[in-house]
Amino acid sequence: MKSPGDTALAKIIVVTSGKGGVGKTTSSAAIGTGIALKGHKTVIIDFDVGLRNLDLIMGCERRVVYDFVNVINKEATLSQALIKDKRTKGLYILPASQTRDKDALTIEGVEEVLQELSKEFDYIICDSPAGIEKGAQMALYFADTAIVVTNPEVSSVRDSDRILGILQSKSKRAEGGKEPIEEHLLLTRYHPGRVASGEMLSVADVEDILAIPLLGVIPESEAVLKASNQGTPVILDTESEAGLAYMDAVDRLMGEERPLRFLEVQKKGFIKRLLGG
Amino acid sequence: MTDSGFRLKGSVVTTILLEVQTFSLDDILFHLKEKIDQVPHFFNQAPIIIDISKMKRGITLDQFETLIKSVSSLGLGVIGWRCDPDSTPVWGASVTIPLLPASKARPISPPLPLKEEPSPDVVVKTVVEERLVPQAAKVITKPIRSGQQVYAEGDLIILAQVSAGAEVLADGNIHVYGALRGRALAGVKGDTEARIFCKSMEAELVSIAGNFMLSDALQNIVWKDGAQVLLVDDSLEIVPL
Repeated sequence: MKSPGDTALAKIIVVTSGKGGVGKTTSSAAIGTGIALKGHKTVIIDFDVGLRNLDLIMGCERRVVYDFVNVINKEATLSQALIKDKRTKGLYILPASQTRDKDALTIEGVEEVLQELSKEFDYIICDSPAGIEKGAQMALYFADTAIVVTNPEVSSVRDSDRILGILQSKSKRAEGGKEPIEEHLLLTRYHPGRVASGEMLSVADVEDILAIPLLGVIPESEAVLKASNQGTPVILDTESEAGLAYMDAVDRLMGEERPLRFLEVQKKGFIKRLLGG
Repeated sequence: MTDSGFRLKGSVVTTILLEVQTFSLDDILFHLKEKIDQVPHFFNQAPIIIDISKMKRGITLDQFETLIKSVSSLGLGVIGWRCDPDSTPVWGASVTIPLLPASKARPISPPLPLKEEPSPDVVVKTVVEERLVPQAAKVITKPIRSGQQVYAEGDLIILAQVSAGAEVLADGNIHVYGALRGRALAGVKGDTEARIFCKSMEAELVSIAGNFMLSDALQNIVWKDGAQVLLVDDSLEIVPL
């Protein structure tokens, strides 16, 4: 937790993908929660202005009064707009506006908000909208680290490759000639059975095409949909493979070594077969 | 070095020929722009000759000068014009750019009157002398991602992969010490000696001096293996490394 007077800047992490529907918001919610569980004060910002979703996944949609755009336009203060998560200590959400569009975001406005948040928080997670246009570029512009969420299929991989190019050329770090953004690959909706039958790209295929370090592989799981509908980040579901895989990814993000798991086709046990499960 | 401070030499340059068939300024510019947008680096400042010998109907001096200006404004360098030598327009001598001999026809005598009697075997063949200034190679250490485009005036050396949907271009050779999955165009200013080398050939397109080959054809020759691409007698050859 940040002590008063701690001047170290917060680490800004963008969760991005290019393609839509690959699990950016689910991953932002899970990873943000995971980092907060480790005792770091964390805020997740929803950059998807006009298609507000993060608050639903986090289960705080009824508590949204002011949003990110209100803060940029100085219609509300940060403390008015920030929503404190009820389950996880040290976790906050800055929701997007549902009634505006991406043009409401300005580089100066976003920078001011991030600087303000930097004083309070250890980690700032930017949940990027899909696409490569203004909204996505705003979300990644100030990032120190990028988590590129990819599904094991060709169009998602191609779009991730495109967004990696943008991270290298259109971010503040790239423009300032500074140390480039640290890139991580997060493979989601991985289905070992379909990989084995050749319907899906394997971890090795995707790593070969994108050539960036692998942060984690999240198996396709019913628990993800269930968690989204309940408004609970899936990482809190320690019974599910997806929840455990996200926790592994957070551990790796914090520099710990964790072996990859849930990559093999699971053989049905005797009891399961007996019950026809 | 002679006392005159210069030497006159003959030189051959590859140029683009714009053969106008019917004068419709908007159509010409629209389609030309479309072609340029496909390979902007190839056309940037490229020398071009406007040929009106195939025109069915005549063209006025005003129309012709407008055409020259418009073509120049697209970033091309108009270095001369050609017409049917048997029907040179009456305004022929008023055009601001040089009139070049018609293709395949014998070069006409040097346009400049020389002080000394010219020796009969000296023929000035071309208008522009292109000097080959060695360019330092451009070295790239990071992957070229989908949607990115890299151009080098000399050789281009890439110590990483070129992703599908990326484009690398060079006036000289291209070396890719990784997988080449995008498009690679070497010798874009017409250097037929340029080559492409890559560690793993998985390209969408390879081209040397405008002669190209697509991945379908490449897959039957060398695929996912080291290869070089070179031009032999106007046709591309893909050779395993």
